[in-house]
Amino acid sequence: MRNPFVMDCGEFHVNYKQDMAIWKISRVRMRVFILLAIFAVFPMFASDYIIGLATLCGIAAIGAIGLNILTGFTGQISIGVGAFLGVGGYTSAILTAKLGLSFWIAMPTAGIVTAIVGGLFGLPSLRLKGLYLAIATLAAQVIILFVISRWDALTGGTAGMVLSRPELGSFVFYSERSYYYLMFVVLIITAIFTLNLFRSRVGRAFIAVRDRDVAAEVMGIDLFKYKVLAFIVSSFFVGIAGALLGHYTMVVSPELYSITVSIEYLAIILVGGLGSVFGSIYGAVFITLLPVVLRSGVEMMSGVFPDLSAVLIGMKEVVFGLVIILFLIYEPQGLAKIWKNIKDYFKLWPFSY
Amino acid sequence: MTFFLQMLVTGIVVGSVYALVALGFVLIYKSSDAINFAQGEFLLIGTYVCLTLITAYKIPFIAALLIALMFSAVLGFVIERIVLRPFIGEPVISMIMATIGLSSVLAGIVHIIWGHETRVFPKIFSEQPVNLGEIVIAPVYLWSLLIVVAMLIIFTLFFKYSKLGIAMRATADDQQAAMSMGISVKMIFAVAWAIAAIVSAVGGILLGNINGVNASLSAIGLKVLPVAILGGLDSIPGAIIGGLIIGILESLTGGYLDPLVGGGLKEVMPFVILVFILMFKPYGLFGKKEIERV
Repeated sequence: MRNPFVMDCGEFHVNYKQDMAIWKISRVRMRVFILLAIFAVFPMFASDYIIGLATLCGIAAIGAIGLNILTGFTGQISIGVGAFLGVGGYTSAILTAKLGLSFWIAMPTAGIVTAIVGGLFGLPSLRLKGLYLAIATLAAQVIILFVISRWDALTGGTAGMVLSRPELGSFVFYSERSYYYLMFVVLIITAIFTLNLFRSRVGRAFIAVRDRDVAAEVMGIDLFKYKVLAFIVSSFFVGIAGALLGHYTMVVSPELYSITVSIEYLAIILVGGLGSVFGSIYGAVFITLLPVVLRSGVEMMSGVFPDLSAVLIGMKEVVFGLVIILFLIYEPQGLAKIWKNIKDYFKLWPFSY
Repeated sequence: MTFFLQMLVTGIVVGSVYALVALGFVLIYKSSDAINFAQGEFLLIGTYVCLTLITAYKIPFIAALLIALMFSAVLGFVIERIVLRPFIGEPVISMIMATIGLSSVLAGIVHIIWGHETRVFPKIFSEQPVNLGEIVIAPVYLWSLLIVVAMLIIFTLFFKYSKLGIAMRATADDQQAAMSMGISVKMIFAVAWAIAAIVSAVGGILLGNINGVNASLSAIGLKVLPVAILGGLDSIPGAIIGGLIIGILESLTGGYLDPLVGGGLKEVMPFVILVFILMFKPYGLFGKKEIERV
């Protein structure tokens, strides 16, 4: 057996198959399984509050992976994720609360409906690029939210709708712990699907579109098809995340899906790492926990500065903005890159030359 | 008919303020290929500074206005220097996210300093309404229109005849060529940001006089985005015409359609128009189409 404390000094692939393998070396597989086991076991020991936070992080990660497919991998900026989450949440709410369908039908349907809506708003993407496309998705955000808050008969208008927790036979996912496992399974499926997507023809085409769309077209990639497809696939996962979130918080209302949410999701993939599945997860954890950490920090310091809690909302915004700007300036490839740097350092340690 | 004309006039006035703020977007886009999502916060800060000078320090309006404009200019200058300089030549998403981050920081600072409650400008313009035939207009609207028109003329002349203005146009046209002619492109960027901050501050002060000031005024920044895109991001006449189109349509929607659907359509209308226009003219009404090569 090899000494477990000795690291590999690099990855040396001799053929294409090795380079595309999902586990580059066999020990990575073992490490990932250990990590998964830790995440599967940890709710047994943690408090409900912690598990709840973890669930929110996981749901955000599912949505962020969806957005990353569109923005990080295909290079189409979307400022409309918030509204697409809303479409997912509301579809599931309407199907379960009004039509009495089961959650297990409603969640995939929510994904499909969101995918259709996303595809529709992706149609202009053939002619629009960069900033113009970003603004078109911003328009999607505003228009969808308007429809949601005005279509009272279907969505309950500004009052919103109340959802119930999903059931499986006689078991109800009512406890924090059970819902965590539900989220965990969906997250793993999402991550595996996306990791594999970018080893396939379609995923490669997405990346080609991002890197140089005109060149991709010259090489025979149907730009329109793949750009809209990226919108559809991405919106599907965002819709799933929306449905999960809706059934977790058990309420949907228009103000939960404002443009701030869209910006938060953009911040997640940016801080995590554009075009990285694991980056989306790191980013989701970072951005979801940021206000929580900040609040407890302020509470701790409130003895010294009693006025601090009054400016908490303002401080949150300042810190959130600063994090985005600092990451952009100092580590544009996000937490995924920082993690890779750390790994690379230890690969060479102690002979760092 | 009177109602229609009334709505039309209101639309023109609001539209001209939009045009002014949109001019800020266009200036920044023309010089540095970025959209400034923090435009709304620039507007808010300029307005609050002016208001604070008037109410807390009892400075007369004109002096307060000038100080606020100078403050905005410096703010724009400094922000370009600290935040935006590293993103010259970076991909579009970095620019977008940097200005979104900036807007969050500025919004937070505004919340910390000035809080959330709505404040009202002391009455600067007379309140005696002016009658034009059957249409009644508050003087503040007339003054706004006058100031906006004056500013747009000043800027047109500035770009056409002043040395700095010509340098800015040259930079917009071709950064490398401008550099080789001895123009400091970095300087131009900074000036563009300063001017953008000034025009938004003026827009904010005018809107603040009409509706009062609170933190939600910054939402105007997002609202004016369709204006800038509609006219074409790199066209100054486009910003003016786009502003008027959106202002008038919005006012008419508010007058005729909102009572039918129960309000709110006014806010969405600019975006609906935007999506339609972009389907047919992807670079806006007057935007320059970029030719792409592999």
